[in-house]
Amino acid sequence: MATKTAHMSPQVFDNEEKQKKETTRSLAMSGHVGFESLPDQLVNRSIQQGFCFNILCVGETGIGKSTLIDTLFNTNFEDHESSHFYPHVRLKAQTYELQESNVRLKLTIVNTVGFGDQINKEESYQPIVDYIDAQFEAYLQEELKIKRSLFNYHDSRIHVCLYFISPTGHSLKTLDLLTMKSLDSKVNIIPVIAKADAISKTELQKFKVKLMSELVSNGVQIYQFPTDDETIAKINASMNGHLPFAVVGSMDEVKVGNKMVKARQYPWGIVQVENENHCDFVKLREMLICTNMEDLRDETHTRHYELYRRRKLEETGLTDTGPENKPLSLQETYEAKRHEFYGERQRKEEEMKQLFVQRVKEKEAVLKEAERELQAKFEHLKRVHQEEKLRLEEKRRLLEEEIIAFSKKKATSEIYQNQPFMTPGGNVRKDKDRKNSSFM
Amino acid sequence: MDPLRQSPSPSSSRASSPRTLPCEMLGYVGIEAVLDQLKIKAMKMGFEFNIMVVGQSGLGKSTMVNTLFKSKMWKSTMLGLGVPTPQTLQLQSVTHVIEESGVKLKLTVTDTPGFGDQINNDKCWDPILGYINEQYEQYLQEEILITRQRHIPDTRVHCCVYFVPPTGHCLRPLDIEFLQRLCRTVNVVPVIARADSLTIEEREAFRHRVIWAPGTSLGSVGVWRGGECTGGLRSPVCGPQIQENLKTHGIEVYPQKCLDEDVNDKVLNSKIRERIPFAVVGADREHIVNGRCVLGRKTKWGIIEVENMAHCEFPLLRDLLIRSHLQDLKDITHNVHYENYRIFRLNESHVLPRGPGWVNLAPAPASVPAPAGPQATPGPPKVCRWAKDNSDEEF
Repeated sequence: MATKTAHMSPQVFDNEEKQKKETTRSLAMSGHVGFESLPDQLVNRSIQQGFCFNILCVGETGIGKSTLIDTLFNTNFEDHESSHFYPHVRLKAQTYELQESNVRLKLTIVNTVGFGDQINKEESYQPIVDYIDAQFEAYLQEELKIKRSLFNYHDSRIHVCLYFISPTGHSLKTLDLLTMKSLDSKVNIIPVIAKADAISKTELQKFKVKLMSELVSNGVQIYQFPTDDETIAKINASMNGHLPFAVVGSMDEVKVGNKMVKARQYPWGIVQVENENHCDFVKLREMLICTNMEDLRDETHTRHYELYRRRKLEETGLTDTGPENKPLSLQETYEAKRHEFYGERQRKEEEMKQLFVQRVKEKEAVLKEAERELQAKFEHLKRVHQEEKLRLEEKRRLLEEEIIAFSKKKATSEIYQNQPFMTPGGNVRKDKDRKNSSFM
Repeated sequence: MDPLRQSPSPSSSRASSPRTLPCEMLGYVGIEAVLDQLKIKAMKMGFEFNIMVVGQSGLGKSTMVNTLFKSKMWKSTMLGLGVPTPQTLQLQSVTHVIEESGVKLKLTVTDTPGFGDQINNDKCWDPILGYINEQYEQYLQEEILITRQRHIPDTRVHCCVYFVPPTGHCLRPLDIEFLQRLCRTVNVVPVIARADSLTIEEREAFRHRVIWAPGTSLGSVGVWRGGECTGGLRSPVCGPQIQENLKTHGIEVYPQKCLDEDVNDKVLNSKIRERIPFAVVGADREHIVNGRCVLGRKTKWGIIEVENMAHCEFPLLRDLLIRSHLQDLKDITHNVHYENYRIFRLNESHVLPRGPGWVNLAPAPASVPAPAGPQATPGPPKVCRWAKDNSDEEF
């Protein structure tokens, strides 16, 4: 009994200690509760919402991008051949709705048009990078809105990039290397060797090894199939070893044996698309769609998008920690920035105003000066006029006096001429008087 | 259809779906394997669920939680004589990880001892609202960090189970006040507690309207056999009953009618809405009945089996909360209630006057006035204007 109690007390003590801890601990249930249906509930909701998958195909014109996508999804997406003569690389996106049993998939295929066709290929990869960034940007904008509807949002971010390598058998082209290097931090890249029926088996092996070593030595991070979940770890690991996949695409059906299979018919034989000995198409389809679609979407959202978001927000000067390393909320720093900008705007407005006022003043002064000058001139002219006028008046007066004098003289001379016809004597005296008087 | 759930806002023209062409696939591709991928991912990550139980003491909240999850979440609280009742409302949370068939569930239960126990119960809902808003705030702060975690821990309350005392009459003013405020912030599921003190007819009357006749839609609901219902009223009730009460006061409990998405949802949810509030009995002791071991309450006049639909509606509550609508509860909390809170918080910082120093945004006020319900939005012109400013200034 004594030993029993001795055993009991440490146990009780242990329990109490455990109960004191507020951390999560496992609890054993005594019956069936029923939440094992939780994954099904989740799946049902996803079915209702539908799925979204966006594939970007990068490769030269005519390398077989559209055909491969057609073969992958077993449909004929309406598309015609693109020309080789585009001056710039463009991206063309098409969205399709596919349905298989109860799963609805919104598939967006983005094709690069005119990639590798130009003579000067320096600008080739920039439009692709810009496009990927634009999709991230659109999502970021939606996420930062006040009133947002993320569950309704059509996700256009690229989930996977299929990079088509031409089957030269030698090595990666410089353009390929540069493009992949600029894309590897933004999107999951899966390199594929297109038109693999142009390479023989031995050459293919060497080619693959060469490609992978080139990628590794240049630091290009391609997408590795995840190996952390036991159910798919093995198959993913083995598939990782087969990268890059050598694929052949074809929607034409050829009779082989007694079945119709998708194949390409040559005079020397038939290349069957779905035959694992002939090409890796089945592996690609398996990996891309059946096993890792969800992981591709997850990686895009949690790694590539977060990286973009972090970079973008840091660009605008927002940080998580303040000057004393205290965690600052995004809101606060944003508010701070906003006030800063607002203050700056105010200041600029003030400056502009002052400048304007000053200019007005100057102009006014100049104008006043001009006015004064004009006034002075006017006065001067006026005075001159007056003087002129006076002088002229004077002259006129003199002239008039002269005229009067002259007319008088004329008159007297006329009278004097008429004198001889009058009586002499008295009139002479009168004439003389008159003459004298006129001369006085 | 509720605009908040269905149509995108007018400013998100970029986000609207592009023109899609439906395509026929000529053969099997394997797209549906994505469902399995989803399942694997979900099982690996595990699930989280946060539930809050609110009600006066003695209504059997802790027992109910224990019964729901078939484990001893708490010791059933039985206050001794010398222990004083808590003066203020305290919130206690306990977290457990339970596993069933490989599915891990991290369950957090928040209890509210002291609710409605004081003489003056004015504003007793404030601490609860404060707690709920605090969880939203935590999530919001995590979400707007620049370097965020891969998986933000979700502590938001997904469901609040409100225990209505079995008076048999109508909802009390305290209940109405509380429900009105809370139904706009969190999913509320009201239940009639200690339903073993009501007879079947009293329960129905408590739940539905005053006068009903056989042959109405009420008589044909599910398990209740017509004979029991139409036997005439033994206790004609004088006032409007709970569902009418809820309707009169505009209280939208879970499942909210305005958030039904399609016909199937409507049908399923209206069946549930007919039975709200569930009359439940909680028990964590097992007894032997007819050779079977069942959970129940043993009284001198019989054993009330908790899992028997004829005795009480506990299975309905359990099914609603766990087996069928758990994901939906979480979705509505995330897409509707959390978004409303976020809109409110982000607007708040710009309604304030632009002074030389800005207002400290870090602590959220405890008694945030509940934002308008799922339909209305606070100040649309301001929102649009700020969103435009945002896009101009930042990017």
